[in-house]
Amino acid sequence: MTVITKQPVNPTAHLTPEDIEQLGAELDAIRQEVLDTRGERDAAYIRKIVKVQRNLEFGSRAVLLGSALPPVWVVGTIGLSISKILENMEIGHNVMHGQWDWMRDPKIHSTTWEWDNASTAEAWKHSHNEIHHTYTNIVGKDNDLGYGIMRVDEDQRWIPMYLAQPLWNFINACFFEYGIAAYDLELGKNLSIPKEKRSDAFKANLKSTLKKIRKQATKDYVVNPALALPFGAALPTLAANFTANLVRNLWSHSVIMCGHFPEGVETFEKKSIPDKETRGEWYLRQMLGSANISGSKAMHLMTGNLSHQIEHHLFPDLPSNRYAEVAPKVKALFEKYELNYHEAPLPAQVYSAWHKVVRLSLPNGWMATTNAKNLPAQTKLLWAMTTKGPKVRRAAQARLQQQARKLTQAA
Amino acid sequence: MTAAAMPRTTPGATRSLKGMLRRVADAAVTPLELDDVLDHFHPLRRGTELRGRIVQVVPETAQSATLVIKPGRDWDGHVPGQYVRVGVDVDGVRLWRTYSLTHGPRQDRCISITVKAIPDGVVSGYLVHRAKVGEMIQLAQPEGEFVLPQPLPRKLLLVTAGSGITPVIGMLRNLFSKATAPATDITLVHVNPSESASIFRDELRAHGAAGRITLVERYDDQHGLLDVSDLTTFVPDLDERLTYACGPAGLLDALEAHHAERGLDLTTERFRPMLVEPGDGGTVTFTNGITLDADGATPILDAAEDAGVLMPSGCRMGICMGCVLPMRSGAVRDLRNGAITTAVPGETGPQGVPIQTCISAAAGACTIDH
Repeated sequence: MTVITKQPVNPTAHLTPEDIEQLGAELDAIRQEVLDTRGERDAAYIRKIVKVQRNLEFGSRAVLLGSALPPVWVVGTIGLSISKILENMEIGHNVMHGQWDWMRDPKIHSTTWEWDNASTAEAWKHSHNEIHHTYTNIVGKDNDLGYGIMRVDEDQRWIPMYLAQPLWNFINACFFEYGIAAYDLELGKNLSIPKEKRSDAFKANLKSTLKKIRKQATKDYVVNPALALPFGAALPTLAANFTANLVRNLWSHSVIMCGHFPEGVETFEKKSIPDKETRGEWYLRQMLGSANISGSKAMHLMTGNLSHQIEHHLFPDLPSNRYAEVAPKVKALFEKYELNYHEAPLPAQVYSAWHKVVRLSLPNGWMATTNAKNLPAQTKLLWAMTTKGPKVRRAAQARLQQQARKLTQAA
Repeated sequence: MTAAAMPRTTPGATRSLKGMLRRVADAAVTPLELDDVLDHFHPLRRGTELRGRIVQVVPETAQSATLVIKPGRDWDGHVPGQYVRVGVDVDGVRLWRTYSLTHGPRQDRCISITVKAIPDGVVSGYLVHRAKVGEMIQLAQPEGEFVLPQPLPRKLLLVTAGSGITPVIGMLRNLFSKATAPATDITLVHVNPSESASIFRDELRAHGAAGRITLVERYDDQHGLLDVSDLTTFVPDLDERLTYACGPAGLLDALEAHHAERGLDLTTERFRPMLVEPGDGGTVTFTNGITLDADGATPILDAAEDAGVLMPSGCRMGICMGCVLPMRSGAVRDLRNGAITTAVPGETGPQGVPIQTCISAAAGACTIDH
């Protein structure tokens, strides 16, 4: 998707500044309704989820002691995978957002929570809560857009390296927690700085992240397998932990990709964002920059209610169990203000996000201008663009875009 | 076996073995700690934060109830007359209040508090009318100096009004549960608005009937408001008695003046309803010693930074929780919707109330931990 200010028709063009402020006021009212009724029921919900998750985790780990027997391994691994997903998605992510701070329970509070993930709570809260949620989908400011390693927008210039991005994306999905840890550290940017010039903050963060990774790995790959040793289940336990982490990583990566990557989710230009963005303008950007996943209650739970990504981005500090309830009201506002409420089932959103990753791994217009007949010629062109240097690439790129434009005009 | 002959492991060895096991256990459950896992199964165990489970709720009057609580294993024990701070989740929000313990140490190791629902009292109303058996609450260790001297004086006068009876009933129950009744001559003047509002009325009358105490019941609706200068009419030997009093501030003030004039000793316990009246702007004091004036429209974060305080910060719009600091006391207003948050030492959590400084403006003087 092209940043909205460069699209032929800006999807917000029909809104006056007064409309946008009115929209903001209406969203504030929805938020206030939830705050006014927030209470015992919500507190009971999160306490129950924490309890269920811990029972599931402790239970699964106990079951895995007997994982020398394959059926037991399967049961324990499924349990542990679900428990790790719940811990990261519905509990960790949301608690660290401060969704439950209002309970004043120091045990379930954004300032004290640590999660079962390679990334430290501290680093995550900075990169996710502060950067991503404030500067959502602003190209060059929101690192969630491609995590700094992928081309996720037509406006990013294509270079041959991007051809491999479907592969990167898959590897990133498998080891997502480490990807997040690296990204929270802005590892790429920081490692390009000479060692002696790196900031003290980075060094401290790196140290605590490495410590966290070591502790996490020690738990899953040393201590728990060692505890299963007397039962002859050390290796199966290790494999179960690895599998559970892999499942959790693939799942959370898919859910998060669905939040902002599907085709049709808007991105924004840094210079088009006013210095003093109003609350209404911020809300509008959140509305256009997120996509929902439709599905069952169980699906919403397993995504940590990030299936309600739009509602989450509008109200990141409201308890996650309330997103489903505010969604119809939010959707009504989208209709009222003639905006696109982006919602589709999980397979559709995952396909759409992956489609975009593949499409943008290729030069702009290449996919649109390719058909079965011209495939050999197009492949040759791509080969030339990949191997023959920037000059050839620029010329070919211009031609591709011209052809793609003609195609759309003809259609 | 004598102490010297007892087999003893060296403390160092035990510690290191225990320490090692704990390290392994912690490593097995990180990012949780072993303590979290143990709490999950046994929240009242030794060596964890003090909590209690409500095991019985006994209505006393229409507006009061006694809660019997099984405290965690680390409960230090208390002296009758002392009070305890309890943290209760009301509508999902943890609020702390202080209540007198209404029993001496009991056989079953349980403790009890008796709560009178005060008008608009969020916590007292909850405890009297909505608290359920089985519910967990947070506890602090007992505190308070309102305890009888040892040895007991020969003659004692107890003056209580309303829920002021609560620390005193604990003293009486403790005294009369002993094998030998105390030799002390006790008079209790118990003041209430009406007979039906009198907590522990029947129990006190039973003590009176058994001759264990001289009970003077005073009801505002029958006898009019108590005038402390009338005390000598019901307690002729007032000057020979040591006085303990607990009740509303008006009564205690009058009693203090009265006793001071006569040169008599008086020990009082005050239940202070500490109220924070939210205003507009105020002095913000940081515990690192910096004090500044903040108006009611400026976020505390901005005001503090303008005054040169190095503050944690993040999104500056209330979503990232990067600026959260605990407020020890005072009131702040959420600039987004005007909601007021107050912190009262002793009433809010021991760590204060965490607030987002980027969207909170001072609504009166406040103290912030930083």
